[in-house]
Order: sequence, then C-alpha cells, then structure tokens
Amino acid sequence: MTANLFRISSAVTRIGALLSVACFMATTGHAAARTLTVYTYDSFTAEWGPGPIIKKAFEATCGDCSIDFVPLDSSASILNRILLEGESTKADIVLGLDTNLMAIAEDTGLLAPSHVETKELKLPIDWESDIFVPYDFGYFAFVYDTEAIDSPPTSFDDLIGAPDNVKIIIQDPRTSTPGLGLLLWMKSVYGDEAAEKWEALQPRILTVTKGWSESYFSLFLNGEAPMVLSYSTSPGYHMAVDETERYQAAAFDEGHYLQIEVAALLKSSDNQQLGQEFLTFLHSNEAQSAIPLGNVMYPVTDIGSAMPPAFEKLIQPTEVLLFSPEEVRDHRRNWVDEWLEASSR
Amino acid sequence: MRLPWWSTGSLALLLILLLAGLPLLAIALEAGQINLPSVLSNAYTQRVIRFSIVQAALSTLLSLGLAIPVALALSHEPRFPGRSTLITLYSLSLVIPTVVAIFGIVAVYGRTGWFNTFLTSLSIEPLSLYGLNGILLAHVFFNMPFATRVLLQSLDGIPGEQWRLATQLGMPYRSRFRHIEWPALRPSLPGLTALIFALCFTSFAIVMTLGGGPRATTIEVAIYQALRFDFDLNMAVTLACIQLVLCTVLMVFSTLLARHIDSTIGFSGLLKPVRWRPTNTHRWIGILTISIATMFVLLPLLGLVFATANTKFLTVITDSLTLLAIGNTLVTAVVSAFLSVALALGLLISTRHLRVRLHHERAGIWLQLAGNIILVLPPLVLGTGLFLLLQPLADVFSLALLLVIAINSLTALPFVVRMLEAPMMQAGRQHDRLLQSLGIDAWHRWRIIDWPLLRRPIGLALAVAATLSAGDLTAIALFGSERFKTLPLLLYQRMGSYRLDEAAVTAGILLALCLFLFASLQRIIGGRAHA
Repeated sequence: MTANLFRISSAVTRIGALLSVACFMATTGHAAARTLTVYTYDSFTAEWGPGPIIKKAFEATCGDCSIDFVPLDSSASILNRILLEGESTKADIVLGLDTNLMAIAEDTGLLAPSHVETKELKLPIDWESDIFVPYDFGYFAFVYDTEAIDSPPTSFDDLIGAPDNVKIIIQDPRTSTPGLGLLLWMKSVYGDEAAEKWEALQPRILTVTKGWSESYFSLFLNGEAPMVLSYSTSPGYHMAVDETERYQAAAFDEGHYLQIEVAALLKSSDNQQLGQEFLTFLHSNEAQSAIPLGNVMYPVTDIGSAMPPAFEKLIQPTEVLLFSPEEVRDHRRNWVDEWLEASSR
Repeated sequence: MRLPWWSTGSLALLLILLLAGLPLLAIALEAGQINLPSVLSNAYTQRVIRFSIVQAALSTLLSLGLAIPVALALSHEPRFPGRSTLITLYSLSLVIPTVVAIFGIVAVYGRTGWFNTFLTSLSIEPLSLYGLNGILLAHVFFNMPFATRVLLQSLDGIPGEQWRLATQLGMPYRSRFRHIEWPALRPSLPGLTALIFALCFTSFAIVMTLGGGPRATTIEVAIYQALRFDFDLNMAVTLACIQLVLCTVLMVFSTLLARHIDSTIGFSGLLKPVRWRPTNTHRWIGILTISIATMFVLLPLLGLVFATANTKFLTVITDSLTLLAIGNTLVTAVVSAFLSVALALGLLISTRHLRVRLHHERAGIWLQLAGNIILVLPPLVLGTGLFLLLQPLADVFSLALLLVIAINSLTALPFVVRMLEAPMMQAGRQHDRLLQSLGIDAWHRWRIIDWPLLRRPIGLALAVAATLSAGDLTAIALFGSERFKTLPLLLYQRMGSYRLDEAAVTAGILLALCLFLFASLQRIIGGRAHA
C-alpha cells in the first residue's frame, strides 16, 4: 500500500516537475538575458517613489540591461515570497527588507554576498553584514493631523490613555516592516509588559492594514483617522513638496525605533555581476538623492545640497531603539503570537 | 474499440483522487510531524476557532430570523406588485460573485457609503463595516434571500382547505400561525440551519474583505494568512486539519438534515390566490417588511451600478492590468467549467450503468459522492495540500493557472453533479432497455440519445460552473501573484487599497463578464431554448 502510494506520488512529482519546467520556459523564454528582476514593495515603485528614477538612471549606465520592478503589496511580503518560491524564485534582487528581517532572511540560505563596500556609509549604527546593502533609514513614529489633534501624545502611556477621538491606524507585523517595527518598538519600551500594553492600546486602534501605503495614503490622508504609524521623516515630504506643516510626527519620550532598509542579491540569480552593479549603484549620488523625497527616508550617504532643508525641522529621537537581527529572528514568532493574542481579544 | 462501462467513472475518480487525495496525503504526512496539542492550546488558534463558530451561528440566526417574517409577509401578499420580480432578485444573489456583492455592500454601508453619509447628516456616529458587523451583514445579504425562497416554497405548499377551515373557525392570526404556518415551516428549518451554518462557517471572501484583522478571522482566512503572510506551515496544516474535521462533521449533519431542501436555482413566482383576508395593520406590517427586505437586497446592487459609472471608467477598462485579468478570468472559468462537467459526466456515465443497468443503486450513489469531495476538503485546505505537495518541487506561483483551474473545477463539481444527475438517470431509465437490446455502443448512444437530451442541462451546468469559477476569490487569493491575476483578485486588491472608483469599475466588468459567460455558454452548448 505505502509502496504504491509512493509510486503514485513520485509519478505526480515527475508530472509536476515537467509542468513547472514547461511553465517556466513559457514565461521566461523570451526575456532578455540582462534583465534584473527586483522584488520590492509598492510605494518604492510608485510613480512618485524613488523606483522610476533609480531604474532610469541605472539603465542609462549599464547599456543593454533593464530593471523589472515587481511591486509586492507590502514589505514583509518580499521575504515571505522568496521563502515560498525558494530556489526557483524569479527574483535577482530583493529590495525593501530591513534590519529586523535580516537574520531571518539570511537563514534561508537564499542570499548571496553583495561585495559592496559599506564602510563609508552614514548610518546611526556600525554596519557589519556582507550580504545586505543598506539604502536608507528612518525612525518609526506616529504621524498626526494637527487639524484633528491639538496636543499629540508624548509617550506610549500617553497614547494608551489618550481621549477617545485619538484613533490610530497601524500595520500588520506579519506583512509590513513598519508593523513589525511597532511591535519591536513596544517590546523594547515595555519588555515583558508588552502584551498587556497591546491589549490596553486596542481601543485606540481604528484598523490594522496589510501594508503601509493603505494606512497612509488611503486612510490617513483621506481623513479616516487622525494618527497613523509611519516615520519621523514623513512630515518632511509634506513640508517640502506640499508646503504644509499640517502633518507632524509625535516625539515619544521613550525614544524611537530605528529602521534601516536593505537590499540583497539572490544566490539563484543568473545575473550576479549585474546584480552587484545594481547594489553598488544604490549608493550613487543619483540614487541616494532620490531617497529623501521619493522614499521619504534619510539617505545613507552625504548628498550635500540635494538634502531638502525641510528635513532639518524633523523631530530627532532622544534615544535610538533597536534589537539585533538575531534577537528578532529568535523571538519574532513568539512576539507576533503575543500580538495576535492581545489583538484578537 | 469498446470501452468498458467503468472506464469513464474510474478515470474521473482517479483524477479527483489525484487532485484531492494527494494534497490530503501531503497534509496528513506533514501533520504527523507537528505537535498538534501545542498549537491547539495556542490562545490565538482557539479564538479563531471560536470566532468561526460564533460568526456562523450569528449569521444563521440573523438570516433565518429575518427570512421567516419576510417569507410570511410574501406568502400573505400573493398579489403584491413586483412580487415575482422580487423572488427572482432573491435567486440572483446566489449567482452574483461574492466580491462583487461585497463591493455593493461597501458602496452602501462603507465609511463613505450612502448609509453612513445619511447617519452623519443626522449627526449619528457612523457605523464601521469592518469586523463582525460587516461579516454578518454580508452573510445575511447572501443567505436571507436563499432562506426566504425555501421557506416561501414550504408556505406555498400549505393546502387551501387548511386556510378555509381556519377562516370558518374564525381563527385569529396567532392561532393560524401556530396551527398552520409554523407546522409548514418547521420541517425545513433544521436543514436550512445546517446549510447556512456550513456556508457561513467556510466563507472566505467575505471574511477576508470585511474582517481579516486579528479580531475577526475565521479558520479559512487564518489558513490563508498562515501561508501567505507568515509562511507558517505548521499553523496552516494544523488549521487545515481542524477545518477538515469540522467540515466532515458539518457535511454529515447537513446531508442528514437538508435532504429535502431544493437549493437549485429556480423561480417560484406564480400568482397564488389570496387565502385569507389579513387586517389592515397586519397588511401594513407585511408590506413594510417586504419593502425593507427589498431595499436590503436591492441597495447594494444599485450602489454597484451607480458606482460603476464614474470618471475612472475608461482608464480602468483600457488598463493593461484589467485586460490581462479579463483574459485570465475567461480562460480559468471556461477551462474549469469544462473540466468540471467532464468529471461529472465521467462519474455519472459509470454510476448510471451501475444504477440503471446493474441495479447497484447504492454503489452508484457512492461513486457519485466522490464529486462532493470539496465539501469535506474546502478550497483552502485543498490549496494548503497542493502547496505542501508542489512547493519543494517548483515555484507554485508559476503554476497558478493550473492550480486555480483544478481547485475551481472541484469546487463546482458538487453543483454540476447535482444538476446533471436527474436528467442523466432519466435518459438512462427511458432508453436503457432498448439500447441494450439493439446493442448500441457507448459512443453512438452518447451521440444519438444522450447528447440531444442532455444538451440543455449540460449547457446550464457549464454556465453555472463557469460563473462560479469566474467569481472565485479563494483559490486565486492563495496562488495569485502579480504574474497571474484574475478579476476578483484585482477587485479585492483595488478595494483593499481603497481605490473605490477603480474597484467599482472592476466589479462592474466582473459582473458583466459573469452574465456574458452564463448566457453564452448556455446558448452555445445548450442550444436554443426550444431545441
């Protein structure tokens, strides 16, 4: 009986493999050899995001190559996606993971060393990874609408005890790096008490979205809630581009959690050389200059006068909070379960 | 060459077993390696199970609680203007793709919908659609009309003498209800309860669009999230096992209880004579009930129609994403409909031989039951199994088209088997003896006897299967990606990112596509109505 089942399943295995080879050939057979497929999140490739600028600039330097951005609906989905696809993934580059996901991503064994020099970068911490290439950074913060809130909360305790009209929109830590960031921010502030604090925070939460864009653009900017989990840099965009001071970040006494966004090359990629060139290009002046107003984050190099003056008016965290990638790897599942448990109550 | 009678049935059975059995085996093997008790004792898992049961119970209670007065009012008002149109409208909500109806519901009851605008103008705090509220509302939208139709049929079946007797005795309404109407309603209630509970318990699209946050997640949605959000195979497999057990129990219950319920899509809008003269107050209450119920079903449909006509119409309809999704939806729908009907015919040709010629009634019915596999193994559980099976071998997302077709054809199979069973058996019973004595082989039998007789039901079955598949959000949610999207997925994403104008147009296109598929398959395959 088991022998038969095994025979059937191995036959199916073979059929499945054949089918997949057929599909693979059908989808990639006609693609140019020098196309870099980059998995990233949606706001990076949006028409106003840094993606189109970086794509154009890079394609101008490398001749016959082209960049194919594949926008996924949220940042943590990038990691889930390469986990699901394994070695048969079509991605050459993943762009949009962050420090919190680095150890988890590295453990998949799917990523290759970048061979990119990172010593000279201007980062709040020392950079050690030889796989991940940082391309921007920022601090998580709650951004509020000054027309809806007069005195913003100044700490998590303050937020928890805020009046009823102070509602926040946050993101799911399973799909979004800001969502995970908030989870870790709360954890670094409250430690073992984080679960009860999450429960106490529930009445403040209007909704949990899958990705950051839905929270920020679709809900917050449309006036659905007066506060949203975003970055301390977000008001910089509104001040520089929209020329309004309406949206501001609330400075929290406990400090703010740091996010460094990174890109990496996949081992399975056939374009190792081109991939490394792209990762190096991320630190070029052209690419970094697209960061402050394109991705609304801090660049990782000194871009001089390209830095918008509005960024000088942003809040500066009194303390920078960050877990090591290994700590996040070891505890993420438990902490997410803790969050799920507290939020489903 | 003559094929033996069992060849088609065995082939269909083999295909079904390959499609459903192997994934099941994969789940079983994987489950053997997990510590089930530890995941089961996880508070989140328990809450998800509890929420699935509670929302299904509430949805059932509300749907039935509202359907009973509406059915009574409709039965008391046999000459109510537009009554038959209303009853047709009630069957429509069974055919409309779930996501499309959800869009209509959002257009009416969403944050910026008509209902909340109205509430705000009265300075009442707007209602939030997301969470349990929205799930219940959508479930009632789908199941109240269905329950009303079934109950109305029971009421229409009350013999006229009973009413005459009640009038002669001068019975007040309360006693008429107790002695005449309630006894007519009661036999359908256990079956309806079981059916609606089962439908709501496994509903996916509604919970994913209107709930989905950690507070409003059902087992089906949690399986999807475990796979697509977390890549947490342990969680997915554990939940799949739980769902498998619960669905088996539910299926046994509803087959036992719902034997007498005719859930096919039909129309019973015939004018019935007035059988008693209700008081004026009673009539007004009845008419008010009917009007509210009509508004409830009609508003979301109107909301959809109004929302579709917006400034984004041309942009969306010419957008390459939309066009690609239309193509994908058409291919998936048509191929899975044909596969589903082929599987059903394969099973039924053999079961007919067993039941009609060999008189093995029971064996035939058992073989036929293979078509119901999806009721025990809901699409997401099946999808989890397929994931486990294929993930080590290939990139599952590049197999999306095939996987979605496979799952959708199995999803439609119970409906298709049910629609074709009666005409197949009838054709068999009428002609089998003659065919046997003339020694006509299977192929000629099919061409001369079966095809002309079965053409229409086959056309209808194809149309229903294609519409079901075109509106599917379950399989595509699991296996879709930016490389392969269908219209329902595109609609879900546009709705999810609150681009409501684009979503409206997408919903309109999807609805039009479903109507087109339904009409054209029925016409092309089924032939002209009088054939």
